[in-house]
Amino acid sequence: MKFAYFPGCSLKGLGRAYEESLLPVMRHLGLELEELDDWNCCGATAYMAVDEAKACVLAARNLALAERSGRDQLLAPCAACYLVLNKTKHYFHDYPAMKATIDRALAAVDLAYAGDTAVRHPLDVLVNDVGLDAIRQKVVRPLRGLKVATYYGCQLVRPYATFDDPYNPVTMDRLVEALGATVVRYPLKTKCCGGSLTGTVPEAGIRMVYILLNEARKRGADCLATVCPLCQFNLDAYHAQVRSEYGDVIVPTVYFTQLMGLAFGLPEKQLGLHRAAVPLRWRPPVPEVAHA
Amino acid sequence: MVSLKPEIRIGFYVCHCGHNIASMVDCADVAAYVGQLPGVVLARDYKYMCSDPGQELIQKDIAEFGLNRVVVASCSPLLHEHTFRAAVAAGGLNPFLFHMVNIREHASWVHTDRAAATAKAKVLARAAIRRAALARELPQRQIPINPGVLVVGGGIAGIHAALTLAEAGKHVWLIEREASIGGHMAKFDKTFPTLDCAACILTPKMSAVGAHPNITLWSHSDVVQVDGYVGNYTVKVRRRPRYVNEELCTGCQECIGNCIYKEPKFPDEFNEGLGKRKPIHIPFPQATPQVVLIDPQVCLNFKRGVLTDRCKKTCVEACGDRKAIDFTQKEETKEIQVGAIIVATGFKPFDVRRVPQYGYGTYPNVYTALEVERLVNASGPTAGEIVLRDGRRPSAIAIIHCVGSRDKKTNRWCSRVCCMYSMKLAHLLKEHSGAELYNFYIDIRAPGKGYEEFYDKLNEEGVHFIRGRVGEVTDWAMIPEEEGKLVIRVEDTLAGVVRRIPVDMVVLATGLEPHADAQAVRRLFNMSCGTEGFFLERHPKLAPVSTFTDGVYIAGCCQGPRDIPDTVAQAGAAAAEALALIDRGHILQEPNTAHVLADCSGCKSCLPLCPYTAIGFDEATHQAVINEALCKGCGTCVAACPSGSIGQHLFEDDEVFSEIEGLLTADPEPTPALAATP
Amino acid sequence: MPATATPAERVELKSGPPPAAPAGSGGRNWSTRRIERTIKYESDRNVGFGRDVMRVPGCEQLENCIQCGTCSGVCPLSIYMDHSPRQVMALTRADFRDEVLRSHTIWLCASCYACTVECPQQIRITDIMYELKQRAIDAGIYPRRFPIPVLAHEFTHMVRKHGRITELVLVIRLFLKTDWFAALGNWRLGLDLTRTGRFSLLTERIRRHGDIARMLDAVDQPKHPSP
Repeated sequence: MKFAYFPGCSLKGLGRAYEESLLPVMRHLGLELEELDDWNCCGATAYMAVDEAKACVLAARNLALAERSGRDQLLAPCAACYLVLNKTKHYFHDYPAMKATIDRALAAVDLAYAGDTAVRHPLDVLVNDVGLDAIRQKVVRPLRGLKVATYYGCQLVRPYATFDDPYNPVTMDRLVEALGATVVRYPLKTKCCGGSLTGTVPEAGIRMVYILLNEARKRGADCLATVCPLCQFNLDAYHAQVRSEYGDVIVPTVYFTQLMGLAFGLPEKQLGLHRAAVPLRWRPPVPEVAHA
Repeated sequence: MVSLKPEIRIGFYVCHCGHNIASMVDCADVAAYVGQLPGVVLARDYKYMCSDPGQELIQKDIAEFGLNRVVVASCSPLLHEHTFRAAVAAGGLNPFLFHMVNIREHASWVHTDRAAATAKAKVLARAAIRRAALARELPQRQIPINPGVLVVGGGIAGIHAALTLAEAGKHVWLIEREASIGGHMAKFDKTFPTLDCAACILTPKMSAVGAHPNITLWSHSDVVQVDGYVGNYTVKVRRRPRYVNEELCTGCQECIGNCIYKEPKFPDEFNEGLGKRKPIHIPFPQATPQVVLIDPQVCLNFKRGVLTDRCKKTCVEACGDRKAIDFTQKEETKEIQVGAIIVATGFKPFDVRRVPQYGYGTYPNVYTALEVERLVNASGPTAGEIVLRDGRRPSAIAIIHCVGSRDKKTNRWCSRVCCMYSMKLAHLLKEHSGAELYNFYIDIRAPGKGYEEFYDKLNEEGVHFIRGRVGEVTDWAMIPEEEGKLVIRVEDTLAGVVRRIPVDMVVLATGLEPHADAQAVRRLFNMSCGTEGFFLERHPKLAPVSTFTDGVYIAGCCQGPRDIPDTVAQAGAAAAEALALIDRGHILQEPNTAHVLADCSGCKSCLPLCPYTAIGFDEATHQAVINEALCKGCGTCVAACPSGSIGQHLFEDDEVFSEIEGLLTADPEPTPALAATP
Repeated sequence: MPATATPAERVELKSGPPPAAPAGSGGRNWSTRRIERTIKYESDRNVGFGRDVMRVPGCEQLENCIQCGTCSGVCPLSIYMDHSPRQVMALTRADFRDEVLRSHTIWLCASCYACTVECPQQIRITDIMYELKQRAIDAGIYPRRFPIPVLAHEFTHMVRKHGRITELVLVIRLFLKTDWFAALGNWRLGLDLTRTGRFSLLTERIRRHGDIARMLDAVDQPKHPSP
């Protein structure tokens, strides 16, 4: 399987551990990712607030580039990018005026978008295309004993719940279980991480991070697993503020791809686990067969 | 075009229908246009043709101008064709020399351009005039009506309708899917707003049904086929085996006590799964009929429903000489003949799992309203004690209104009864447990006798009313008081603040929706459904219990959510309509039957096509013969006959073709509508 | 939220005075006996504002709002808002444009879409919030040093120039324009980022960065240029 790959700004910046772990895991499963040539900012959340049409035009350029690359599926690991690219596709089909704007803007740079590219999230591809059986077969160091709170956040399942239930998504739960770990019941799995409010209105944002971490801790989780670079950053990077205001409720937060890498026995350096401010120290037990 | 015979004298009337037609169609202009068409003797426009003066006008004109055809351009024939036919008949003409044209639904209501609507009305009227010119006098046949009535569904609606008809001396077959009649009402504890005990007022009626000589009660049975037409329906009923002979069982229930299962083990349907029953059981103490039944899915004498004969059969021993238990009982199909049918199949409570954010199935102490009805009931699984699934007793209880109602993601309609039953449950739960009660509502809808007063009473009792649709029910705590509780997060919209309220028990006020098989039932009885899936009444105001099929009536929640008083009133109305029909003794058949013309070649291709098996074959003349008593005028044979040798009264070829010509002929007066539609 | 939790709940947004005292907040200043009049006159309405918003793609369903409060009930930020999302819907529909556009609510929306998927009338509340933010920016009525619109502005500026976002540069520019002290207070964060190899101020840009400006200008062509 070959996919066009849209990393988005975060995976090249603060969320680089996501890309670092995603690429070897996908390669290990035989999936080829071809980074979209000269991709641009998807037009995510902050841009939507300024001008929706322009945000959609920014996203549409990427969709047009994907079509030009000849791939019919575009992989977007960042939940915010995933949402904006999907939303643009919906608007393109639902609102003729928006389609006209997009067509006009793309024409100005000699591009065109037909509206066909499927925007996919790696979690969806891994569970629904690759399949849990194929993933299980690659597990050489089962994450036995690791208790994981699966945290989906907002924009992967809302508002376009394309591959999972918006109220109680389970795709990541099944994946994490296939890796041998235990999923703890975590009622906050689709709650908001605070988004950019951690930086802009920390009084609200930091408290939201605290609530998420505290509940994961109370439920006995060893770590939270995320699908989004902003969620990971918020839950991880503000540990000092959270600790000083609310006490020690800190639980490490990892990308689901990092857990996969650990279970697949990939070299740790490839997985970017050291990039976290609060890194996961837990390591899967070495299988006994190795000693025999 | 067929040339008009000189003696044709048509009177034409355009109805204003108040503003309904006149606001979009220039009625005087239509009358002036039609007045100059061939064969038309007079053309008038009038404010309300259906009024008494309007009808008298027609009668007067028939006498004064020697009219022999009448055409009225007004509303739908469904509404007033019979009115005008009667008026024409009173004026001395055969009623089938009348023709009606619909310029309200087909012109004024569906257009926004007055000139175009007027032009269209003229074209429709012209077509009607041409058709009317060829109308023939027709006789009307009388068909006798079978006086029996089928009532489908043994809830309070079916029970009341059946008793009303039986009291009037009619024989009623009451068919119920479950093992006992009683429906949802039998499960209720008290009824709002009077708080009288549901069982106390319902069970006497149930016993009356069981004992009534004019009622044949078949429970544990389904209607599987309906044939025939108004006054003469043939109905097939499947009687599922209960493995107990109804004639021999006395309802002593000694078999239950002696079942090989010492303790009840299986979820008890009547108590919404909160209690347990044995394989041999009776649904509830006052069940009607008082006959036990065996669940072959769990009885040891069966394996997955198939008889194995491996059990010691202690029940058979206990039954002794009564010999009522019959493991070999088989499904039976019975056929009955009735003249009218009342469908009272009720509703299905909304499946609350479709609203996962309220935690049903995740948190054990989240209940549906129907479960709570059983929980507060003295004969329920906890004998009326409010003991939660985890054994605790609640000190705070939340009731969430509108679960599966007023929600476009599930059901968009208001279920009408939930506000009132929620308040009733709040009162009962407070009375039984002493807990704090919180009602979360969008709007309180209490339009009924004594209903608003009941709302007042609850406010006086200290029940909390918080206006806000609950966002979610969770079990994560923010503060120590919330630990171990269910937490409601809601905007108190009247106070203008978001609140978190910890409670021990959550009650979901489930909405009412059509049964899952409502579409199959609709097809069975040839009814229609509204967009939401409830059965459609013939007219929302003036024919609320009739359907579009003559002789089929509806009552109760199968037509839409309603409370017990309205259900009983509607059931009485349906019974009265059925009585009015069958007491007439006969019906007048619409003379739209097919008839074989002389040039029939005897090819027999029509014979297998007739859905009513009305076509026979005369070997002597070697021609098809149509039995007019059986013919329903569907027209299938008329269209199918390869030699065009079957005609149909009221729809003769020349009549239909003239009408089409009238629609398509280029007009002497150019009109915008015709210019647009070639 | 119950007042028994943490002091963080009683915080007021730092910059910009609230435009009008929201109902219920008057008691706080009772010692000074400051009272405020909250009546609205018809002349306070911007007649047509609500209809205008409802004509925007994605905002059409607002006309069906039944004021049930589900949006506020599920909103994680509603506890900080001067008007709950439900009230913003009501004020918008009633044409109180200035009250809506001055509200902190539209800036506190984190675009989590919880309200949008929960709304029983299928109103796309998040999209309406976006639309209202755009209108507030167009009208220039938002608190000057309030960080959220500043972030939005810096974000768009960077995208136009480079085609991509360099997150750290964006964050630093944001702090410079809003709150120096906050930047200093985040010293620990900077340290962590350096330690984990994520502190980089190297600007990310696309090759054909002129394309972005050309596309965005093409969007504006038929309209008047946005401020």
